[in-house]
Amino acid sequence: MIRDITIGQYYPVDSLLHRLDPRVKLIGTILYIISLFAFSNYYGYIIAAAFLFTVIKISKVPLKFILKGLKAVIVLFIFTATFNLFLTPGKIIYELGFIKITIEGIITAVLMTIRLTFLILGSSLMTFTTTPNNLTDGLESLMKPLNKIKVPVHEISMMMSIALRFIPILMEETDKIMKAQMARGADFETGGLVKRAKSLIPLLVPLFVSAFRRANDLAMAMEARCYRGGEGRTKMKPLKYKGRDLAAFLVLVLYITVLVVINRV
Amino acid sequence: MSIIVDKLNYIYSPGTAYQKHALKDINLEITEGEFIGLIGHTGSGKSTFIQHLNGLIRGTSGSIYFNGQNIYDAGYNMKGLRSKVGLVFQYPEHQLFETNVFKDVCFGPSNQGLEALQVELRAYEALKMVGIDNSLLDASPFELSGGQKRRVAIAGVLAMKPEVLILDEPTAGLDPKGRDEILEQIAKLHKENKLTIILVSHSMEDVAKYVDRLIVMNRGEVAFNDTPRKVFAHYKELEKIGLAAPQVTYVMNELRMHGLPVSIEATTIEEAKEEILRVMKH
Repeated sequence: MIRDITIGQYYPVDSLLHRLDPRVKLIGTILYIISLFAFSNYYGYIIAAAFLFTVIKISKVPLKFILKGLKAVIVLFIFTATFNLFLTPGKIIYELGFIKITIEGIITAVLMTIRLTFLILGSSLMTFTTTPNNLTDGLESLMKPLNKIKVPVHEISMMMSIALRFIPILMEETDKIMKAQMARGADFETGGLVKRAKSLIPLLVPLFVSAFRRANDLAMAMEARCYRGGEGRTKMKPLKYKGRDLAAFLVLVLYITVLVVINRV
Repeated sequence: MSIIVDKLNYIYSPGTAYQKHALKDINLEITEGEFIGLIGHTGSGKSTFIQHLNGLIRGTSGSIYFNGQNIYDAGYNMKGLRSKVGLVFQYPEHQLFETNVFKDVCFGPSNQGLEALQVELRAYEALKMVGIDNSLLDASPFELSGGQKRRVAIAGVLAMKPEVLILDEPTAGLDPKGRDEILEQIAKLHKENKLTIILVSHSMEDVAKYVDRLIVMNRGEVAFNDTPRKVFAHYKELEKIGLAAPQVTYVMNELRMHGLPVSIEATTIEEAKEEILRVMKH
C-alpha cells in the first residue's frame, strides 16, 4: 500500500545516467524545468518530450515505474487544470451562471498539464537515478560558494541526506505499525473523516516515538565517531567530473540552443 | 481449528528491480493444540510467511484454508480471521500508543465490537495471563521496562482471544532472564489455555525445549518439517543454511564419536544429563 509511492525513490540499475556526476544531473534538471516554461510554441513541446523520453530510455528505469509516480500528484494536476479552465479570459464557448469556459482556457489547461507532467517526470528521473548520498554531495558541492556568506552549506546538506535516508526507514516503519495494528483489528480504510482521522492515532503515536528514538540513536552514533560538522572534513569519494559529464553538458547546451532557435521561428 | 497452506507463493514487488520470490510453493498443515517452532535464517521468508496466515499479505498464488475455508475467497471476513489468528510482531512494544497499559490492551477487543464491560474483562484477563501486576495497569506503557512492554503488547493480542497465537521473535533484544520468562509464559499459555502456538525464532536453543514440531525455512522454502529430534539429526545440513542445532546435540555427537554409546536424541541439557548418567551407570 504505502510502497506504491514511487516518487523520490532510487531505482537501482546501472545506466549511463546513473553513472553521471550528480552535479550534472542537478544542473540538467534545473535547466530542463526552466526550459519547460520558457518556450511558447508547439514545437517546443515536441522537443521537450523527445528529450525527456530519450533520457528516460537511457536511464533504463521502466516507464511504467516512472508513470506510477504521477499518481501521487494527480490532485495537483486537477487543481491547476480546473483553475486554468475556468479563469482564463478569451472566446467563450460555454456559459452557465458565473462559470465560463473559453477556448483559451481549454488550451492552457491542457498545455499546463503537459508541462507539469514533464516537470515531475524530469525531476523524479533525477531521484530515480541518483542515490540520496550522491544527490546531497552534489548539492553541497554546488552550493559551496554560499559558504562565503556564512550559509552553513555542509550542515544543510547533512540534514538533507539524513532526511532522505530516513524516508524509506519511516515508510517501512509505518507499514509495520499499520500491520501490527491491523492484526489487532484496527481499520484504516473505512468510515467517515472523523473516524478515519481518529484511526490514525494508533499509527502516529508509535511512529513519532520511533522517529525520536531513531534520531536519538543516530545523534549518539555520530557523536561517538567525533562528528563536529563540516570543518576540515574530507570525503571518501570526492566528486570529479569525467568525460561523460562533459558530454552530458554539451547535450544540455545543444538542447537549450535548439529550443531557443525554434522559439524564434 | 486447522490451517492448511496449499502451494503458497509470494513474489515481492513483481516487475521491478526489487522483485524477489519470497515464498516458494509452501505446503503446510497446522492442527489444533500444536506448539510449532518456525525457524530460519534472516531473510528466509519466515516473517513474510506468518503475515499470510492472518491475511495481512496476500499470496501471489496458492491458497490458505482456515477451518476448511479458503481465506482468499471473495467476501471472506478478514477482520474475523485476524481476531482468530493473533499475530504478535517483532518488537511488539513499538505498537503501544495509549495513555495507560490497560487502555492499550483494550484496543484489540474494542475493535472487535464487544461491549465495554466485556472489553475490560478480556483486557484484565489477558494482562493476568502474561503476568503483569495490577499496580501497573494505570502506568504509561512508555514507562515500563523492555520486558514488561513486551508482555503488555502480547496481552494486547491475547485480549482478542485468538485460537492461534503467532509470535515473531518474541525474545529479540531481551536479556537472558527476560527471554526465559517470556518463553515460559508462552509455554504456559499453550498448556493452560490450550492455545495453538507458532513461535518464530532464529535460535534453536530457544525453541528446542518447548515445541512439538519444527518447521525450518530456507530461502522461501520449507527445508525441514518434523519433530525437533529428527530435525536436529540433520545438524550438518542445518549448518549449511546458516542455522545450528542446540549445543547439546554437538556434545552428544562428539561423545558418541569418542566411544560413549549415548543416544544423540537429547535436545535439552536436562535430557542430555540423564542420558549421560544412564550410560555411565552401566
